[in-house]
Amino acid sequence: MNLDSIQAELLRQISGIHEIPQGAYNIRVNGQAFARNSSEHIHIEPKTDGKSGIDIYVDAGTKNESVHIPVLLSQTGLKELVYNDFHIGAGADITIVAGCGIHNGGDDLSEHSGIHSFFVGKGAKVRYIEKHYGSGEGSGKRVMDPVTSALLDDDAYMEIETVQIRGVDSSNRTTNARLGNRAVLVIKEKMLTDGTQHAVTNFTVDLDGKDCGAHLISRSVAMGSSTQIFNSDMRGNNRCSGHSECDAIIMDGGKVSAVPMVSANHVDASLIHEAAIGKIAGEQLIKLMTLGLTEKEAEEQIINGFLK
Amino acid sequence: MLEFQNVTYSVPGAEILKNVSFTSDERFIAVTGPNGSGKSTLAKLIAGIITPTEGRILFDGTDITGMSITERAKFGISYAFQQPVRFKGITVRDMITIAVGHKISVGEICGYLSEVGLCAKDYINREINSSLSGGELKRIEIATVNARSTKLAVFDEPEAGIDLWSFNNLIKVFENMYKRTKGSIIIISHQERILNIADRIIVVADGSIAAQGTKDEILPTLLDVQSGCCFGTRRSDGLEEVC
Repeated sequence: MNLDSIQAELLRQISGIHEIPQGAYNIRVNGQAFARNSSEHIHIEPKTDGKSGIDIYVDAGTKNESVHIPVLLSQTGLKELVYNDFHIGAGADITIVAGCGIHNGGDDLSEHSGIHSFFVGKGAKVRYIEKHYGSGEGSGKRVMDPVTSALLDDDAYMEIETVQIRGVDSSNRTTNARLGNRAVLVIKEKMLTDGTQHAVTNFTVDLDGKDCGAHLISRSVAMGSSTQIFNSDMRGNNRCSGHSECDAIIMDGGKVSAVPMVSANHVDASLIHEAAIGKIAGEQLIKLMTLGLTEKEAEEQIINGFLK
Repeated sequence: MLEFQNVTYSVPGAEILKNVSFTSDERFIAVTGPNGSGKSTLAKLIAGIITPTEGRILFDGTDITGMSITERAKFGISYAFQQPVRFKGITVRDMITIAVGHKISVGEICGYLSEVGLCAKDYINREINSSLSGGELKRIEIATVNARSTKLAVFDEPEAGIDLWSFNNLIKVFENMYKRTKGSIIIISHQERILNIADRIIVVADGSIAAQGTKDEILPTLLDVQSGCCFGTRRSDGLEEVC
């Protein structure tokens, strides 16, 4: 069985790969397992509790390996809810590339909701990349409502990178994390909405462990008449540090609401929040125009840089 | 050659530049004058950031008065901001590449950074954001303008907001630029050491050109104006006055 050209393009957009990847992978196409491979240290098994989804077990000490788990939807009107659990062994160092591509050429709503749970072992290091991509000329909406929850054991490190650039009509992303002693969590969110798209982001981070830290950076652009809502709650429950930064550019009739919250529940919790929403600064456009760019080109450069 | 013909620039309630006319074909012109005299306005008028209320600006015989910022940039005019603009996500490498207008090698980018005294390795991938100091931003701004290699480059108070140590290095940058560049340079400046390397000095006061001429003609008159307080000024024997 091969991917058709639309599915292959979705795969390229969300994973940057043209064909079946090396190493461990699980490719889900139109609600079915399309291809699956375990490697020596990474084991992928279908769920046995009746839920749709997989369990991914990464052996302790696994180094420099990657797992690809793309989800492709090209059948209009398909709705699915998938549970993927990641069990990362102590001291492992891996990259996980997830993501969902929806091509909706029809008029019915297509929806994928992935519930991803991470159990990151002591001293393990995980880089998790999740890209959302939508295409198709049909009037059917493309909807994605992902949930990511992460439990970081002592000294664990996790970096979550989420990217959603155009194409998704409605998304409601929820990310919850709980950190152990000296654990570090870095979340980088990049988002661009256009047309009548609507995106909601909810981050909740519990800084439970001593000397743990979290750094949350969200950069988004709202164009057309799209709307975005950013909610975050960083809770310092021990001696810890937390920093969240929400920057948004609004253009045309785009609207962005940021509702940041930092809660210090311990006297040695050090929490900072920065938020800035506004249109592109006139002087930035002028600077690039003095280098020979047109106003439109300058705008593109600024947005590309901002979301790079 | 740059020519201002009876240029006036007004904002509601104030005339910032009044009927200014000058012609210049020297390679290095310094524009000086008190704060608020209209120097930066003059620089912005050249770059097209603002347009005259009255009068015309000609560059190499072409009337550029109605040209946009982009058109002037493409026509061969560069402009270095007094307060360099910060960007989130745009790196030094990106900015110099945009300035050059096409892809260039890392080696070439390093060349432009070295000219302004920056070690390329430390800066090429840095974002042009608030993590850079005022002096660093100024140098990157100058490197960006140099990378364009245009017929005319306008610098608006390159010394503003930088420390003395950086300033001394900045002077060297302009001295080198004067030796190497083929285009013309217009610098808005208060600094005697910058005025000292200019072919011509234009003094702007209260929105008009108060004087213009070679440094030998203009510098002594400027120093006289400052004699209201002699503290720290240099006497003819080279020693500083202490009054």
